[in-house]
Amino acid sequence: MKEKLVLIGNGMAGVRALEELLKLSPDQYDITVFGGEPYGNYNRILLSPVLAGEKTIDEIMLNDEQWYTDNGITLHKGKWVEEVNRAQRRVRASDGTEEKYDRLIIATGSNPFIIPIPGNELDGVIAFRDIADVDTMLDASKKPDGKAVVIGGGLLGLEAANGLMKQGMDVTVVHLMDTLMERQLDKPAGALLKASLEEKGMKFLMEAQTEAVLGKDKVESVRFKDGLEIPADIVVMAVGIKPNIELAEKIGLHCERGIVVNDTMQTFDPRIYSVGECVQHRGTTYGLVAPLFEQAKVCANHLAHLGIARYEGSVTSTKLKVTGIDLFSAGDFHGGEGTEELVLQDPGRGIYKKVVLRDNRIIGSVMYGDTIDGTWYFEMMRDDTDVSDLRDNLLFGQAHLGDSGHGDDNRVAAMADTAEICGCNGVCKGDIVNAITSKNLFTLDDVRAHTKASSSCGSCTGLVEALLAHTLGGDYSESPARKPLCGCTEFTHDEIRAAIRDNALKDIPSTQQFLEWKTPDGCAKCRPALNYYLLCQWPSEFRDDSQSRFINERAHANIQKDATFSVIPRMWGGETTPAELKAIAEVAEKYKVKTVHITGGQRISLFGLKKEELPKVWGELNKAGLVSGHAYGKALRTVKTCVGKEWCRFGTQDSTEMGKELEKMTWGSWTPHKFKMAVSGCPRNCAEATIKDFGVVCVDSGYELHVGGNGGIKVRATDYLCAVKTPEEVKEYAAAFMQLYREDAHYMERTAPWLERVGLSYVKEKVVEDDEGRKALADRFLFAQTFAQDDPWAERAEGGEAHEFTPIKQVG
Amino acid sequence: MSNENWIEVGKLEDIPRQGARVVSRVEGDIAVFRTIDDEIFALRDKCPHKGGPLSQGIIHGKRVACPLHDWKIGLDTGVAVAPDEGCAARFPVKIEGGTVMLSLMPDEGCPNA
Repeated sequence: MKEKLVLIGNGMAGVRALEELLKLSPDQYDITVFGGEPYGNYNRILLSPVLAGEKTIDEIMLNDEQWYTDNGITLHKGKWVEEVNRAQRRVRASDGTEEKYDRLIIATGSNPFIIPIPGNELDGVIAFRDIADVDTMLDASKKPDGKAVVIGGGLLGLEAANGLMKQGMDVTVVHLMDTLMERQLDKPAGALLKASLEEKGMKFLMEAQTEAVLGKDKVESVRFKDGLEIPADIVVMAVGIKPNIELAEKIGLHCERGIVVNDTMQTFDPRIYSVGECVQHRGTTYGLVAPLFEQAKVCANHLAHLGIARYEGSVTSTKLKVTGIDLFSAGDFHGGEGTEELVLQDPGRGIYKKVVLRDNRIIGSVMYGDTIDGTWYFEMMRDDTDVSDLRDNLLFGQAHLGDSGHGDDNRVAAMADTAEICGCNGVCKGDIVNAITSKNLFTLDDVRAHTKASSSCGSCTGLVEALLAHTLGGDYSESPARKPLCGCTEFTHDEIRAAIRDNALKDIPSTQQFLEWKTPDGCAKCRPALNYYLLCQWPSEFRDDSQSRFINERAHANIQKDATFSVIPRMWGGETTPAELKAIAEVAEKYKVKTVHITGGQRISLFGLKKEELPKVWGELNKAGLVSGHAYGKALRTVKTCVGKEWCRFGTQDSTEMGKELEKMTWGSWTPHKFKMAVSGCPRNCAEATIKDFGVVCVDSGYELHVGGNGGIKVRATDYLCAVKTPEEVKEYAAAFMQLYREDAHYMERTAPWLERVGLSYVKEKVVEDDEGRKALADRFLFAQTFAQDDPWAERAEGGEAHEFTPIKQVG
Repeated sequence: MSNENWIEVGKLEDIPRQGARVVSRVEGDIAVFRTIDDEIFALRDKCPHKGGPLSQGIIHGKRVACPLHDWKIGLDTGVAVAPDEGCAARFPVKIEGGTVMLSLMPDEGCPNA
């Protein structure tokens, strides 16, 4: 017989726990749900847009009644649970309905705080908590010239006030403090917010203490301590929420401010779990969705008897869901002793940004106007990133470095619905917002899957995250630093690499088995990563798994949109000869190449070749001494050079020769992502060395080394690493830097984001300051190269891997 | 199941595990897949999204990731994994004495045949 699971509270947190459980173990429990409201489960976050007339109730339903039926869940709606007999494990609802349970989840959420003043029971005094409240407000707004008073200038109060104003009411917000949203904003940001809202027509009474609500049968006015009295047809109390612990206390569960739970979301009665706003975990209660969903996930994991997930608390951020207002806040933004405040203020543009640091780590931030970098700061705050290397540019944000594809417009709230967010897939703001609300999306991955926005080049990821946060009112990205490699595993990139190293795991199946992969043979995301990690760790032993490589690396050419391939032979240091050009021309003519194109890396690309033709093409190119350019790989690509002092009147060193030597040393090596180099003969930098992964700028006294640059999606100029005197040193530093990147970066992470993640200081410490360490890194690189420098084209031209290039059968 | 028109394709070993081979036809190629468990599936070698050659994708479980834009297609159903929508027609396929047999008559129901 199945175990019985009862959920008390049909809200977002409780039902999310059921959803997570059904994903993990669909048949384990007979499930019964009790909910006080006469609806299925709806998205409480979107009540504000409903009030503002931007959404209907139907549009914010998360689980309609059909969902409960489809999943075999019994739903008792409109029934309050009044009693729980823990000895007999039985719950009883207001109408006498009884259910037995083996496990119980209490998700009773929170109640609005009603200020204890005379008149608070009058008709027309409401909170802003559920559909019924919204209905009352909408009714009140139908009266012409209706007046509303909202008590509470916090997040909820302002959203309610905004909605009522949109419904045509005259709205006054009453706030006890001198700053709006003082829990989320400091004074300057609060003042900017107030000014914007006033511009929209909202009125404010600051530092005002409400004394009484007056009226006969229903509310007529509100009176304040200082004697002022203002008329009101409706009074919304939005001064806060308190965990609803009534039932839990009644049945003797340990409660403080909320129901106290451990890291597996169990209460002091281990058969009883609790999730959501009613919970107190490690002393903290939460009112935002992201933490509640994390709790739900952990609870489900424990209910499914997996027991591997732990809830360790959440760091949260806040956004205000008021159309046209961009505001972001996270963490401790007040600062204080031992902290530093970085502030950027531009009143003319309505922009304010503050980042609070302690020991060079972000502990809080508050932003108004331009909030695009909120997610960036928030991520670094969660990950405890050392920002000392970034301080110079921190307040200008990540985007100042140049994102391509959507101009420079970063203020998502002010954007029109027709503004294009994702330039690759042509997805507009309106499409994304619609998908978030109509399809109930909560995470970046959800949005990627449903709209394709941010799923190609990723340059609009910040914008999509900002839209998500703006639509839902908070940060919904998955929890902290611990980001699993993919859905097949719980382990992170770093943990997987460590396990491969420490446990001598030498092939993909045994790595997956050892780390308890959840899928039989991984997926298209983890297999290429594992293949790379193994190859990097065991250069002399690992047998490359071609079936775990993306087609380009498997076929050693670049697949194009019509399923033909392009071929790019290597041109050492960007230099070629008449003989090579003749050979290329002959091949191009013989195989009727459709396009001959010069690449950005100083090479020639032949387009439109059929897969079957590739080995023959390579064979002919080989005869002229041309080998694979690895233009298709997460590998060393090109070393771009200028002619240097051999010809150029400004040249200081032989940059071409330096480039060739670097390319001879590094070609054939696999890297976490593509790796490009350049050598410029003088600081005029014609080879554009300062946007390469490893760039050399020749100077009269030797060579300047620069690292971590790239063109592409997000242009990043290199950081200066150091200067050296001789070509031998250039080669040693290049090998060491590449090896550090190979051993340290996550698969599919270019040097630029890797460098920003680990910090330039770290790289300098390993490559510049530690002479022995550098030599050891370079030695490991050169050792690995002894197994890597075989031309893959030659092997295949001689018949290797023939099955890859020929149809198994020709019909007709 | 009358006009299935079975043809011999090759030996099971001719297709790499977690790999695919192409049966080339004037009417359009068919991809024959071999999973890690030696199950065999055949689909029209054309992703419902932008026509990418599914035979060139990474095969994992009973799915293939299209090499062009990473749509996932179920090998056993031919249907794109949600929320993407579309299909590649399935072709009946079986192993007889180590030989892979393919029918050139696609299953009905998918326009992408």
